[in-house]
Amino acid sequence: MAVAFDEMNGPGGDVRPAYQELSRWLKETPPDALEYRRQEAELLFRRIGITFAVYGDAEATERLIPFDVIPRIMSAKEWTILEKGLKQRVRALNMFLRDIYHGREVLRANVVPDDLIFQNPVFRPEMNGQAVPHDVYVHIAGIDIVRVDPENFIVLEDNARTPSGVSYMLENREIMMRLFPDLFARHRIAPVERYPDELLSALRSVAPNNASSEPTVALLTPGVYNSAYYEHSFLADKLGIELVEGRDLIVKNDEVFMRTTEGLKRVDVIYRRVDDDFLDPLTFRPDSVLGVPGLMSAYAAGNITLANAVGTGIADDKAVYSYMPEIVKFYLGEEPILKNVQTWRCREPKDLSYVLDNLGELVVKEVHGSGGYGMLIGPAATKATIEAFRDKLKREPEGFIAQPTLALSTCPTCTASGLAPRHVDLRPFVLTGKDRVTIVPGGLTRVALKEGSLVVNSSQGGGTKDTWILDE
Amino acid sequence: MLSRTAENLYWLARSVERAEYIARTIDATLRVTALPAAYIGKTNEWESALLTAGVSASFYDTYDEANEANVVEYLSFSPVNPSSIKNCIENARLNSRSVRTALTSEMWDTINSAWIELQEVWSKGTSSREELAKFLRFVQETSLRFDGSAYRTMLRNDAFWFSRLGLHLERADNTARILDVKYHVLLPEEEHVGGPLDYYQWTSILRSVSALTAYHWVYRETLKPWLIADLLILNDTLPRSLASCYGNLVRNLDQIGVAYGRQGASQRHARGIRNRLEHSNMDDIFQHGVHEFIQEFIADNSRLGEIITRQYLI
Repeated sequence: MAVAFDEMNGPGGDVRPAYQELSRWLKETPPDALEYRRQEAELLFRRIGITFAVYGDAEATERLIPFDVIPRIMSAKEWTILEKGLKQRVRALNMFLRDIYHGREVLRANVVPDDLIFQNPVFRPEMNGQAVPHDVYVHIAGIDIVRVDPENFIVLEDNARTPSGVSYMLENREIMMRLFPDLFARHRIAPVERYPDELLSALRSVAPNNASSEPTVALLTPGVYNSAYYEHSFLADKLGIELVEGRDLIVKNDEVFMRTTEGLKRVDVIYRRVDDDFLDPLTFRPDSVLGVPGLMSAYAAGNITLANAVGTGIADDKAVYSYMPEIVKFYLGEEPILKNVQTWRCREPKDLSYVLDNLGELVVKEVHGSGGYGMLIGPAATKATIEAFRDKLKREPEGFIAQPTLALSTCPTCTASGLAPRHVDLRPFVLTGKDRVTIVPGGLTRVALKEGSLVVNSSQGGGTKDTWILDE
Repeated sequence: MLSRTAENLYWLARSVERAEYIARTIDATLRVTALPAAYIGKTNEWESALLTAGVSASFYDTYDEANEANVVEYLSFSPVNPSSIKNCIENARLNSRSVRTALTSEMWDTINSAWIELQEVWSKGTSSREELAKFLRFVQETSLRFDGSAYRTMLRNDAFWFSRLGLHLERADNTARILDVKYHVLLPEEEHVGGPLDYYQWTSILRSVSALTAYHWVYRETLKPWLIADLLILNDTLPRSLASCYGNLVRNLDQIGVAYGRQGASQRHARGIRNRLEHSNMDDIFQHGVHEFIQEFIADNSRLGEIITRQYLI
């Protein structure tokens, strides 16, 4: 594997322009001062209660995501390119979804194979021909971006269902401003705090036509035991909307209401953080107690907007992902600004045989997996693991894709033995409303804290950093 | 607001208030049991502590003997006692997490920090009287901080009113229970039930509702059972008296009624109880039978809880 591109110390070892000031500051700052701030940050996070749950981990049902106090920095120029690429990508995602659930031109033009869609469990036949307000399916997208060199931004994954992590983007910034006011004074950093306002106006803009001029928006959470519950309550609070659970909602005459102390109140837009499968026990999983019976029927009647729409999973499926460059070209007639990682689709015999021959060098992922679970990182795996995976792969090739092991870029990070480079990725959040796509300059930088590790997922020992976009 | 949010706020306030009350009860019992037997008679004070906490029946599912070690453990830390301080704080934190958006950051911080701080006590327990006293003080201070931050930082809207309803309903229940257990046990004419009327018993009762100093300011007299009853039942200047709790319950329910433009069964029921308290005097109550009066009150009070639940919380 090639030596990774370090975002501070550049390919030639010279400090890159965006990091000049930080680098100077780091030299002036004694290491124990950093350690002290790190502890302070942890205390703050714990007191605010920013925790997440790890499923299947009885010991620590509430854990903190480790926070690294060294920011990740990008120049305005870099951001401009990234922003343009993200908007392009999300526009294409929305057009693709509209098409899949209506005319299916993309299939007729043979850009994407039929069976990849129709045999996919995340394809929702319930959505066929269903109109959604302003044709917006993915109102909130979290696009995972990695870098391997200074020039290119590469999309690792599109998250078009219920992407999480934006609360960390906002809280990390708050904490950094509190802990390092002097460092902030030495930079011009684009603010992220307007994200909740942008989100609320995007959600309101897509209310059903028959909603009042002041549409009621609510955030639907699976409840306090969900791993992202903190984020749900945080966002509801910042947006000034009700945080509802399934049992708070009731459908009457195809309209959705919440039970309040003053009786029933109509809801127009639901920012739902509950997966499709659990939304409505009458349509999807009948054993779901998280959902609202009749919700899909209200949805079909056009009386409620769900954000994101039902059925968006088909757009962030890892097999569909491999077609994204063609999808962008097909709908927009433009070259994709953001690159894809080269992807072998194990469903195709030629690709499969290549993957089987090169398991030791590749990353193999489950098509429907997330959170870094169920994947094989060839170079880091033992022989036995690889062989076990080989069997799995042969049994069900269509369930997997493979990618080269990328030398993800690194950023300086606090470790037990001082500052050291650690691999990072970036999840910016792209909002789509009635007539515009917006992105708050920044995102969630995740960092793999273990030396050499490429897995940044919080459930697997990853941490986070504040992400600074410099204003020129 | 969401019914579930109102419900959580209501139970959050109840849990915190109950935790404080249980802490006070243990505290007062520790003091009175430290006295030589000649001063307190033959009653088992730990047994009464269980009775005032309303958990004496369930206690014997786990323990055989109501002694200090067992009762302190059961009331403070037991996971099977729904009213243990531990469970009250755990419930308060869970409720707080469910309604974070309706809490001010000060309220959340109070509950969350207390919960974090108490994790150590849960895992280790208290090894000495000193540690126990420190723990009980901490619980009482948490309640004070919580109440204070609610009072000082919450918007005066339905969220505040519902949390006040929980607080005063719980408080009224607690004061009534202590009277129920202690008062009739200690009445001179019902000597067969308990030991002789005793000064230290009375200070203990007053201490458990933090009214010992108040008594002297209000009556400027030595402790007399009927004055103590008057203070705890009818005197609306004492925050933990039944009259004061009902003044507050009626006021908060009225504010909800005005804000929502509608009154209902809970407003009527609360007003009924308050009127009865307002038009009673201790002579009538004694004549009617204090025990009966208190029992009726406890039943009425818990009915109000049910009515509020039906009208607003589900």
